[in-house]
Amino acid sequence: MTEALLAVLRPFADIVSGPAFFVEVLIGGIAAGLMYSLVALGFVLIYKASGVFNFAQGVMVLFAALTLVGLMERGVPVPLALALTMLVMILLAFAIERVVLRPLVNQPYIILFMATIGLNFFLEGFGEMAWGANVKKLDVGIPDRSFMVKGVQINQLEMFAALTAAVLVTILAVFFQRTRIGRALRAVADDHEAALSIGIPLKTIWVVVWSVAGLVAIVAGVMWGAKSGVQFSLSLIALKALPVLILGGFESVPGAIVGGLIIGVGEKIGEVYWGPLVGGAIENWFAYVLALAFLLVRPQGLFGEKIIERV
Amino acid sequence: MIYREAGQFKTTYGSDQAIFPILQDRIFVGLVLVAAALVPLVADEYWLQAILIPFLIYALAALGLNLLTGYAGQLSLGTGGFMAVGAYSAFKLTTAFPALNILVVFLLSGLIAAGVGLVFGVPSLRIKGFYLAVATLAAQFFLIWLFNKVAWFVNYAPSGTITAPPRTVLGVMVTGPQSSAGVRYFVALGFVVVFALVAKNLVRGRIGRSWMAIRDRDIAAEIIGVRPLQTKLLAFGVSSFYCGIAGAELVFLYLGSAETLAFDIGLSFLVLFMVIIGGLGSVLGSFLGAAFIMLVPIFLTNAPHTLGLNLPVALQKQMELMVFGGLIIFFLIVEPQGLARLWQITKEKLRLWPFPH
Repeated sequence: MTEALLAVLRPFADIVSGPAFFVEVLIGGIAAGLMYSLVALGFVLIYKASGVFNFAQGVMVLFAALTLVGLMERGVPVPLALALTMLVMILLAFAIERVVLRPLVNQPYIILFMATIGLNFFLEGFGEMAWGANVKKLDVGIPDRSFMVKGVQINQLEMFAALTAAVLVTILAVFFQRTRIGRALRAVADDHEAALSIGIPLKTIWVVVWSVAGLVAIVAGVMWGAKSGVQFSLSLIALKALPVLILGGFESVPGAIVGGLIIGVGEKIGEVYWGPLVGGAIENWFAYVLALAFLLVRPQGLFGEKIIERV
Repeated sequence: MIYREAGQFKTTYGSDQAIFPILQDRIFVGLVLVAAALVPLVADEYWLQAILIPFLIYALAALGLNLLTGYAGQLSLGTGGFMAVGAYSAFKLTTAFPALNILVVFLLSGLIAAGVGLVFGVPSLRIKGFYLAVATLAAQFFLIWLFNKVAWFVNYAPSGTITAPPRTVLGVMVTGPQSSAGVRYFVALGFVVVFALVAKNLVRGRIGRSWMAIRDRDIAAEIIGVRPLQTKLLAFGVSSFYCGIAGAELVFLYLGSAETLAFDIGLSFLVLFMVIIGGLGSVLGSFLGAAFIMLVPIFLTNAPHTLGLNLPVALQKQMELMVFGGLIIFFLIVEPQGLARLWQITKEKLRLWPFPH
């Protein structure tokens, strides 16, 4: 019994005795967390504006990355390829609004959720059919080297991803708070019917928000693609973003960032220090259990809107 | 004209409360059961093994999830995990007690799955909607990880797979490589018929009504005296019981041997699809949905051959994914309430036919 207790407590001693390594783990966790946040942001945007839990966000990330890589392989220069990918994602948003969302207005949330899973299958098949299923290397010129600062190893790509996430969140915050469309988006998020009644065009708003989610998917796709190559497993990062979502709250942009950081850091520390105790490979479920523990205290997530229940 | 209840007077309380109060329904159900019993005589090995047995097993799982999601309103993505609990506990039970009747083993493993379901159902008291759905993913990933990591669950087999050992019931081989598909079909059929009846009775009684009250508006239900704790946990328990038996059957009657990959998140989504396509909150819908989701991929795989097209394998797989996804969206748009609703509409049409006005 005492041995088991000691084994559980030993990692704390390890943390104190090796601060440089701990900082390295911490930085790795923060970087990984921001990468999760990038994916989670796409979910939040769509959920905020349309109440749809878009399960296809992970595949949208894959699709964006596949399109970008496919274009670059055909000799299109990087800026043009990026612009074309953006165009494709915006077209995709139009198509989704017209084919999937518009006929399903006013359906229960679970039906819309299912429809996005159908979309998930469709895009997966379509992306692979259009661009091929083999693993591709994505290189848009982001440096991927590590350097040492005071004995702590730092990866340039991770720093770049962190910076991008920060810029993206700032842009989104300004977009939501300061522009006319952003205001309309917040109105729709608040109350569909009230927004409609004061003349906000719901269809346009949906196209806009799915386009923005598509653009966020491109950013996430570029970052993840540069890190681990463009392949099918990229779509599975959606599953990594879900605990971030419930931890931060479904309808909160800052929540996605903070949630991502908590999950990333918690997961890394858990994996490095306590993982060996239970045989490793805990990253699949640890984030979920962590998020679940938070939820039991705050059922709407850290930054989610307070759930007010009426009869 | 054919489907009309005119002239059928109920003269006893018993007939008023019958599960199928209309004569035509009784005849129809009877015919289906007779047909199901006669199927092994005409169907060949391939049909039984590749289509009918998995259909019955998935129907049982869909029934279980439908009780939880369709009737009690708790969205769960942990079905695969609960089915894995059933499969692994059936394996452990039957290897530890070889003399124990395999049908009893199935029931016991269902009970173990129910226990695990109760544990993972506890957060539902505090967490609702999509937060709960994501939280149930914790069950899915944790359980699969557990069965992967702890070698005790697979009796320290180096391959990490569980294999159905040969077991007999009343002298007839039920599981194992030597058992005939016909016997396994009847076992699966027996389970699903009995538990469909149980479900049908559950949902029209006090328990089912309290589930529906919780689903429709849980606060209001609480105010009129439905206890959320017991009701939700019972839904999780019963649902996991069904899923556990289905999981045990999946390995023992269908796959023969399996590893955790067979119970990954894809299975959870598959069963959820069956429930939604079939119809949320409908026992019949669970069967229709299971049949649809089972048959579509088979149809899609064979369609290009029948049309004389010869597509590369990769392209065909991608086409299958696209058509499958497209079909799901199409069905949700055309009939969001599922195939069971289509059946209801047909019945109403038949009632008036041939004089629609």
